[in-house]
Amino acid sequence: MQLIHCPWCGPREEVEFHYGGQAEITYPERPAELSDQDWAEYVFYRDNPKGPFAERWSHSAGCRRWFNALRDTHTYRFLGTAKPGEPLPNTQRNTEVRV
Amino acid sequence: MSRVHGYGRIDRGRMLTFTFDGRTYTGHPGDTLASALLANGVHLVGSSVNLGRPHGISAAWTEDATALVQIEKPFPEPMLQATTVELVDGLVAHGVNGQGRLADTADPARYDRKHTHTDTLVIGAGPAGLLAALAAARAGEDVVLVDDRPVAGGSLTGTEVIDGRPALGFVADVVAELARLGVRHLQRTTAFGQYDDGFVLALERRTDHLGADAPAHRSRQRVHRIRALKVVVATGAQERPIVFEDNDRPGVMLASAARDYLHRYGVLAGREVVVFTSDDAAYAAALDLAGAGARVTVLDVRDTLPREWAARAAEAGVPVHPSTTVTGTEGEERVRAVLAHGVDGSVRLPADLLLVSGGWNPVVHLFSHVRGALAYDPELGSFRPSGSLPGVIVIGAANGTLDLAGVLREGGGPDAPEAGPEPARTPTKVVWRTDGDPGRQFVDIQRDATVADIGRAVGAGLRSVEHVKRYTTIGTAHDQGKTSGVLASGITAELLGARIEDLGTTTFRPPYTPVAFAALAGRARGSLFDPERTTPLHDWHVEAGAVFEDVGQWKRARYYPEPGEDMDAAVLRECAAARSGVGILDGSTLGKIDVQGPDAAVFLDRLYTNMMSTLKVGRVRYGVMCGNDGMVLDDGTVLRIDENRYLVTTTTGGAATVLDWMEEWLQTEWPELRVHLTSVTEQWSVFPVVGPRSRDVVGEVFPELDVSADAFPFMSWRDTTLDGVPVRVARISFSGELAYEVNVNSWYAPALWERLLAAGERYGITPYGTETMHVLRAEKGYPIIGQDTDGTVTPQDLGMSWAVSKKKEDFVGKRSFSRPENHNPLRKQFVSLLPIDGRTKLPEGSQIVELCENGSLPEPPVPMLGHVTSSYLSAELGRPFALALVKNGRARIGDLVHVPVNGALVQAQIGDTVLIDPEGARRDG
Amino acid sequence: MADILYRTHPLENRRAALAELSGRVEGLTVYPEDPVAAVDLRVDPAGPGADAVGRALGTALPVEPNTWTHTVDGQLVWLGPDEWLVTSAGADPQEFERELGWVVSAYDGSAVDVSAQRTSLRLHGGLARELLSLGCALDLRPSAFPAGACAQTYVGQTVVLLLALGPDDFRLFVRQSFAGYLADWVLDAAEEFRAFP
Ligand SMILES: [Zn+2]
Repeated sequence: MQLIHCPWCGPREEVEFHYGGQAEITYPERPAELSDQDWAEYVFYRDNPKGPFAERWSHSAGCRRWFNALRDTHTYRFLGTAKPGEPLPNTQRNTEVRV
Repeated sequence: MSRVHGYGRIDRGRMLTFTFDGRTYTGHPGDTLASALLANGVHLVGSSVNLGRPHGISAAWTEDATALVQIEKPFPEPMLQATTVELVDGLVAHGVNGQGRLADTADPARYDRKHTHTDTLVIGAGPAGLLAALAAARAGEDVVLVDDRPVAGGSLTGTEVIDGRPALGFVADVVAELARLGVRHLQRTTAFGQYDDGFVLALERRTDHLGADAPAHRSRQRVHRIRALKVVVATGAQERPIVFEDNDRPGVMLASAARDYLHRYGVLAGREVVVFTSDDAAYAAALDLAGAGARVTVLDVRDTLPREWAARAAEAGVPVHPSTTVTGTEGEERVRAVLAHGVDGSVRLPADLLLVSGGWNPVVHLFSHVRGALAYDPELGSFRPSGSLPGVIVIGAANGTLDLAGVLREGGGPDAPEAGPEPARTPTKVVWRTDGDPGRQFVDIQRDATVADIGRAVGAGLRSVEHVKRYTTIGTAHDQGKTSGVLASGITAELLGARIEDLGTTTFRPPYTPVAFAALAGRARGSLFDPERTTPLHDWHVEAGAVFEDVGQWKRARYYPEPGEDMDAAVLRECAAARSGVGILDGSTLGKIDVQGPDAAVFLDRLYTNMMSTLKVGRVRYGVMCGNDGMVLDDGTVLRIDENRYLVTTTTGGAATVLDWMEEWLQTEWPELRVHLTSVTEQWSVFPVVGPRSRDVVGEVFPELDVSADAFPFMSWRDTTLDGVPVRVARISFSGELAYEVNVNSWYAPALWERLLAAGERYGITPYGTETMHVLRAEKGYPIIGQDTDGTVTPQDLGMSWAVSKKKEDFVGKRSFSRPENHNPLRKQFVSLLPIDGRTKLPEGSQIVELCENGSLPEPPVPMLGHVTSSYLSAELGRPFALALVKNGRARIGDLVHVPVNGALVQAQIGDTVLIDPEGARRDG
Repeated sequence: MADILYRTHPLENRRAALAELSGRVEGLTVYPEDPVAAVDLRVDPAGPGADAVGRALGTALPVEPNTWTHTVDGQLVWLGPDEWLVTSAGADPQEFERELGWVVSAYDGSAVDVSAQRTSLRLHGGLARELLSLGCALDLRPSAFPAGACAQTYVGQTVVLLLALGPDDFRLFVRQSFAGYLADWVLDAAEEFRAFP
């Protein structure tokens, strides 16, 4: 049972959180002008790297706030979390963050 | 009797009676089942799972691989280790031959879990762990100490000297000081898994040792969920056997175990003892057993004997033979003789106990669970921690430190007490196996897995120990390879001609020892298994005799049978009342979200397929929500409360999902929108009053409300009060009938419900449940999202293009509507299905097929046209009917198709979804 | 229409069992609390709206996450970075929503009556912390969760809003539909303490 560091509430058990997929996927400015392929890219396609991955999480059982997280998909470990709009730790960084 | 006087810590003043394999024996408090059996001269316990070979007792604690027992009393439990079962009066057990047997009655014991937070968790109350706990507690840290044995002291036998005193006296002093310092100290508590962030699961056995005195209200076993800033692993080491021919015979035992039986339980496990060793520690066992009256012979693999130990042996009259190996055993149900090979050739030594010691395996499981790196130590002949982990330290024998002085130093630091003098250590000779028939050399005794099996695995081309483990099943039994794991790596390396360093060991995984499912389930049983959500009217429903159904976690009244009624009869009656008189439903489970702020209208326009900004205050609009993929996510009504405020409703099951969905968009995509969302699902209780007489009832209960069609039109809402309590009434109909949804603060729900029933009495007001609600809506062709849809259905598929705005430039899902797949003419569309026989209720989920022109079924695979999503009996239609998703369904209205029902094909006709009052004449009464 | 529209407490049917438990187990008192007016308040904590609310309530909004403060007749409980639960024992729920809504609407905030959304269970005594630890993963040691702390978290399998009112004194706000589950969970957990020592 990993702890996830809610940027507001601090470390809480992972069952309090809800995963929201890849972070930094923004809704297209004008969907109507996108080709079917480009729209499909937005809707269906996501990165799947081995290593650090920027994700969106929600503290669903707590403060109900969405935030961004950097997680290593190989170790599952969170490398850091940040409020929306605030920077995540450098993606090159590979040291573990204990919360 | 094998009990010897002057030894052991059992309570000889009290006698316990127990039964094993049908015979009655006695033992003492402090015994395990295994020690009591040995005390009674019982060595044969059961037989092996595959080969049926006799199995005895091969160790004294959790590392035992052979003595599996089935407990019958006090409660049936399969496959426990006799070495860890504490003896209680009245215990009934028998040996396991093959497999155990689960109880066929419910376990009456209680189990629970408890969360604990601490600065430092020390695992293991041996000398290292005790001192580590003491040091941390003295430094002011909050400390938890857990240990799996009944008493503290770890592997100390009582013969050692610490701080100039007998070791056990020292232990007692430390335990007392820990208690004074407020250390939470739990014995009989096995840390069975370590996880991320200092999280350790430990199983406490709380009442088993109390036998018949165990208090029923107290949980029998407790899973401690411990979160620690620092975890100290002081789990000790387990003796490693050496593999030889027929090494699985009863009477073959780890040397340290025999010593444990003597000093802990006062049991001399054999009179004619051969000790086979490649390590110094077995000499202590040999000398102790000799001192207790056994005739002992030591066979040491090593050419150079440990000088001091050899001298002590000579003094005690224990012969020691260097450069000698055991090659086999004789005997049936117990060792009769040991076959050995030494410098003088082969010998046969009569014996009733063969002790084995091949060195020590540090118990690194809990370190390895959290990816702690292990490395092979050639001096140890085993794996020990090599890397470091933040927040985890490993000390003592678990760290590969085998001398007591070193162990005390690792636990206690510079202030560590002195250990009494110990003979200088002679290096262990690492020996995995001796010469012999590999087919009878057992590596994992519990699995009947031999050196020959490893040979076959290697011969089949397997090179990884992980693969060899799966191929041979070595290490997969209840002991999870405690004695066999390292041996398997060593022998595999030998057979491959590889270095064990390079091969490594298999990954250690929780649980360290078996954990009962009951303990993991804890108190989440019966009605606490999953929370039951109830509405304020729950007690009323129960009293009214409602039959409930689960909708998510909600308990909803499904129907209210009258005496003699089955579900069909009750639902037909309830439907008829709603269509011809008046019915009332508890709709409080409906999801409700308050949407507030200057941008509320913009926000809803972006999320719903239809236009919400044009909705006038006081009015209601049905809305559909889609995902980015254009598939229907949820539906509900939207009430505009004022310019900047809406109340949206969701399906019962979709409430949490929809709120999360809306928040996700708001917080991550459109943070600039000035909107706030608040769940008010339970704030408001909702009672739809439905049917031609609903106006009479609602008008009577709320005299201040003008309920006429002109003043209060369909799809509008009005606020009123009752006895000063605010009430909101909305003209929303999920049945096609004239209907008023009455909303009230849930504090007043039962009172208002009673008022409505009282006023409706003379109109025959009939409470109806979810089943009737489903029938009424289905007769009108209203889909239930999640029942008639499955995440692959667009609003257009549902025939709801009317709910999709053409004016809005964009909304979530809109762009996907123009994807080519959504224009495929063969998409499944929402239609009704009427069985031609007028009798058959088509089962929900049934596939729909079509016959060839000649009336036969097409060749398999028979093409599937779609499936039945909802199916009911209709009081109004006087027949069963169904809703279905059918390929190109709307263009096929009138076509005949077939539905397989119980092996026969039932003919059905595709129709429009609206089966009742297509003109909508009834909704205004 | 003789009687006035009466109120029903969501835990009315557990009241007797909880009282029996409290009488039987020394060090544990559990009871359903009287309902209070409660508003879910949203306003920018850094903006003038927060100050306006503070003036209206006579107490500044707690901006430290997971803390609560007193008002004259209720509590101000942090729920999120721009969200609070405001309770009042004396106010009429609808009036309370209207008053606070009037204050924050000028600042793009919102106020929603949630008086019946949750109900509260009071738990105090020397065993209260121990009982909670049977189903709550939070560190409830006084050093980590002192009086004035609050948290939204799980107790058993339901989310609660847990408030430390004092040493060994807790208030658990729970969604009304989960209240029966929570009370049953407490009753079951407390079995452990019966007939102690
Ligand atoms: Zn949070």
